[in-house]
Amino acid sequence: MTYTASMRVWRGDDEGGELVDYEVEVNEGEVVLDIVHRLQATQAGDLAVRWNCKAGKCGSCSAEINGKPRLMCLTRMNTFGEDEVVTITPLRAFPVIRDLVTDVSFNYEKAREVPSFTPPVGLEPGDYRMTQVDVSRSQEFRKCIECFLCQNTCHAIRDHEENKKEFAGPRFLMRVAELDMHPLDTLDRKELAQDELGLGYCNITKCCTEVCPEHIKITDNALIPLKERVADVKYDPIRWLGSKIRKRDGL
Amino acid sequence: MATLPDASRTAGRATISQRTLRTDKWWLQPLITVIVLVSFVIYSTWRAFSNANYFYEPLISPFYSPCLATSCVEGSTNFTPFGGWWILSPALIILIIPLGFRMTCYYYRKAYYRSFWQSPPACAVSEPHKKYTGETREPLILQNFHRYFFYLGLLLNIVLTYDAIIAFRNHDGEWFHMSVGTVVLLANATLLWMYSLSCHSCRHALGGRLKHFSKHPVRYKFWTVVSRLNTRHPMFAWLSLFGVALADFYVMLVAQGTIQNLYFF
Repeated sequence: MTYTASMRVWRGDDEGGELVDYEVEVNEGEVVLDIVHRLQATQAGDLAVRWNCKAGKCGSCSAEINGKPRLMCLTRMNTFGEDEVVTITPLRAFPVIRDLVTDVSFNYEKAREVPSFTPPVGLEPGDYRMTQVDVSRSQEFRKCIECFLCQNTCHAIRDHEENKKEFAGPRFLMRVAELDMHPLDTLDRKELAQDELGLGYCNITKCCTEVCPEHIKITDNALIPLKERVADVKYDPIRWLGSKIRKRDGL
Repeated sequence: MATLPDASRTAGRATISQRTLRTDKWWLQPLITVIVLVSFVIYSTWRAFSNANYFYEPLISPFYSPCLATSCVEGSTNFTPFGGWWILSPALIILIIPLGFRMTCYYYRKAYYRSFWQSPPACAVSEPHKKYTGETREPLILQNFHRYFFYLGLLLNIVLTYDAIIAFRNHDGEWFHMSVGTVVLLANATLLWMYSLSCHSCRHALGGRLKHFSKHPVRYKFWTVVSRLNTRHPMFAWLSLFGVALADFYVMLVAQGTIQNLYFF
C-alpha cells in the first residue's frame, strides 16, 4: 500500500535553519529512515543524515520524530496516520553540524571521565572467574548501543547547557553503576559518581528509560541503585558507622 | 509558547523555537497527577485536622494509628508517649512518617517533579526554569534520607497490620468476627506492605548493595523477589494511596453513624 506522506525536515546548520516541507512516497513496511533516504534520492540530494546499520544496533540515526527522540530506523511509518505531518529534527541537546547530523562529541568526552574496569592487582586476563548471577545486572547495561537518545532527552542538559560541565548524563552514570556492580572491579566509584559526574543532577524523571531503544531500565536498575549506593557512603550515618565497626569491603 | 532557555539556544544547537514538537497529549499525565495528588492532600489535611470520627470499636482510621496522645478517643490506644501536652490532632504526630516516605519515594519524586515542578513536564518538553541543580544541594539533597522513612514506614505497617487483625472482633470486643471494615483495613495493610516492599530502598537493602550475589544466595533470592515487585512500584504507590484514603473514609462514615459496619459473621 503506497501513499504520499507530508514530511517536515529541519534543514540548516549552526548558523541557522528551518523546517522544510516535503511530499514523499511511502510504501508498506517502511521506516522513517527509508523516507529520509528517498528524500535524498529524489528531492534533497544534499540532505545530511547519519546512519549505518539500519537495524537498531549501531545507534547512528538518532533524531527527533514528531518531537520524540527516537531511532529513525526503528520508527515505522505505519505508526503515523497517512494524513499526519511527520516532523524530523536533529537531536536538540547537541550542536548541529548540518541538517539531521549533530556533534555528539560531548558524550565521548564524558566517557573518558569514567575510569575503566579495574580488576584486582595481579589478576591476569583469562583468569577472571565469576558466576552468572554476579554479572547479570551489569549485562543489561551492556546492551547500550550508544545512540545517546538518553543523553539528548535528559532535561538536566537538554534544557540547561550550563550543566554539561558538571553532569555526565544517564549513559555514563549507567556505566559507573555497571562497573560498581561488577564483582571484579576494585575501584569505589560512589564518590566519583556523586562529586565528579553529577549524579545529584538526576531527578529520576525517567525520560532516559522512556526513550531507550534497547529498553534498558536505566533509572530503576542503574541510576536509582547508584543513588542508593552513594547514600550508603555519604548520607547514611548508621550504615557508615556499621562499616567502620565491621570492615566488610566488597560485599 | 515558552522557548528553550537562552544558554541552550546559543550552544550551536538547531534553531527550533518551539518548546516541543510533540503532537501527542503529553500534558495529560502530569495534569491527572496534579488533580489526584491535590485531591488527596486536601482530603488528608481536612481529616488530619478534624480530630474526630476516626475510631469505632474495633476499627481505627490509618490516619490516626497508632494514636499516641492522651487526647485520643477512649479505646483507640493503650500507648500514649505524647501524654497530655499534645493539644493538636494526634494524626499530625504519625502522618509525618507516611508523608516523608512518599515525598522522598523515587516514584513520587518523578511524579511531582514532572507534574508540579515541571522539571520536565514530559520527556522532550522543555522546562520553564532558567536554572536547574536537581538534587545536588539543600533541600532536595535530603531526598537521600528516603531509607529512614522506609524503615519507619515498616514499623507503621506492623501497627496497621495489627489494627487489621484486631478488626476480626465485633463491637463488643469478641474475636472471630469479620466485617466490611475488616476487609477494608486488611486491604489497606496489604497494599501498604506491597508499596513498602517494592520500594527501591528495600530492594537496595535486601541485596542491591551487594557486589557478589553468589556469596549471598538468600539475599539474592530476596532481591530477585523484590526486584519483581519493584517493577510495579508505581502501581502500588497509587493503590496504597487510594487504599489509605478509602480506609479512613470508611471508618469516618462508620464512626459518625452514616453507615453501619456490616458483619459477615
